[in-house]
Amino acid sequence: MSRPAQRRPEYHKINKDLFVLTYGALVAQLCKDYEKDEDVNQYLDKMGYGIGTRLVEDFLARSCVGRCHSYSEITDIIAQVAFKMYLGITPSVTCNNSSKNEFSLILDKNPLVEFVEELPAGRSSLCYCNLLCGIIRGALEMVHLAADVTFLQDRLKGDSVTEIGITFLKKQDEKKYRRKK
Amino acid sequence: MVDTVLFEFLHTEMVAELWAHDPGPGGQKMSLSVLEGMGFRVGQALGERLPREMLAFREELDVLKFLCKDLWVAVFQKQMDSLRTNHQGTYVLQDNSFPLLLPMASGLQYLEEAPKFLAFTCGLLRGALCTLGIESVVTASVAALPVCKFQVVIPKS
Repeated sequence: MSRPAQRRPEYHKINKDLFVLTYGALVAQLCKDYEKDEDVNQYLDKMGYGIGTRLVEDFLARSCVGRCHSYSEITDIIAQVAFKMYLGITPSVTCNNSSKNEFSLILDKNPLVEFVEELPAGRSSLCYCNLLCGIIRGALEMVHLAADVTFLQDRLKGDSVTEIGITFLKKQDEKKYRRKK
Repeated sequence: MVDTVLFEFLHTEMVAELWAHDPGPGGQKMSLSVLEGMGFRVGQALGERLPREMLAFREELDVLKFLCKDLWVAVFQKQMDSLRTNHQGTYVLQDNSFPLLLPMASGLQYLEEAPKFLAFTCGLLRGALCTLGIESVVTASVAALPVCKFQVVIPKS
C-alpha cells in the first residue's frame, strides 16, 4: 500500500468510461421510471441544467477565458475550449441567422454514445444526450445569458450528423430605458 | 480531458434527482438500492474493461488488493488508504478522504446524508467483484466525513 500509485495508460480510458457508463445507466434508469420519451428528455435537461450551473465555475477556474463580446465568441469557446476540456472533442460551429444569435454545434464524434448502438425499442423520440443541452443552458444562465438549447439533429435517430442548436434570447432586463411621457 | 469532474457532478445530480422521486420514508431504501444497482452495472462494465493481465489472481486477497490499488486509482485517482480482513471473507476498505464526500463537509455535518453518496460506489465495488468472479455484499459506513469504510463480505461457498 505504500507504493505510490502508478498511473497506467489503461486507467485513463477507464476514467473516461466511468462518466459515459454512468450516464448510460442513468438513462436506462430514467427509461424504467418514465414511459414517455418527453419526460425522460425533460429530466435529462433538468439534471444537465443543475450540472451546468456548477460546471461553469469549474470551467472558468480552469480555462481563464477573458470577457466575450459576442454570441459568436461565446459559442466558439463552448465548442473549442469547454467541449475539448470535458469531453475531448471539438464540435464545429455554424451561425444560422443574420442577426447572429442562432448557432449550431455539429458533433462529429460523441463520446457519450460510445457504447450505444441504437435507441431502445419504442424510444424513438429519446434525446439520449439531452444532458448536454441542459448543461450548456445552465452554464450560460450563470453568466447571465438566456438561451434555448436543443438537439436539431441526432445520429441515434437516423440523421447524418448530431447537431445542437443554441439560440441566445434577449434578456428580460435588456429593454432600453424608456422615458415616461 | 479532465478526469473525474464530470462524473462527480453527474453523481451529485443523480443522488439529488433519484431522491426527489420518493420523498417518503419508504422511498429512501428504494432510492439507495436504485443507486446501488446503477453502480453495479457500471462496476461490471468497468471490470470488463480492465487489462487482461490484471485478472490472473491467485487468491481472494489479491482481488481485494487490486480493488484498493488499481481500481480505486483508475476511478478516483488515489489508492484506498487501508485494507483489513479477518481472513474469513470479511474485508474493510477505508478511504480517509473519499472524493465523493470531500466537497460536502468535514466532521459530523451532513452525516445523515452521507449514505446517499456511498450507495453508487458500493454497487461499483460489487459489480467489479462480480466481473472478477466473486459474489459479495458491499456496504459502507461513515463515522466522520470524509472518512468512510466499505465493508465487503464474501460468503463462503
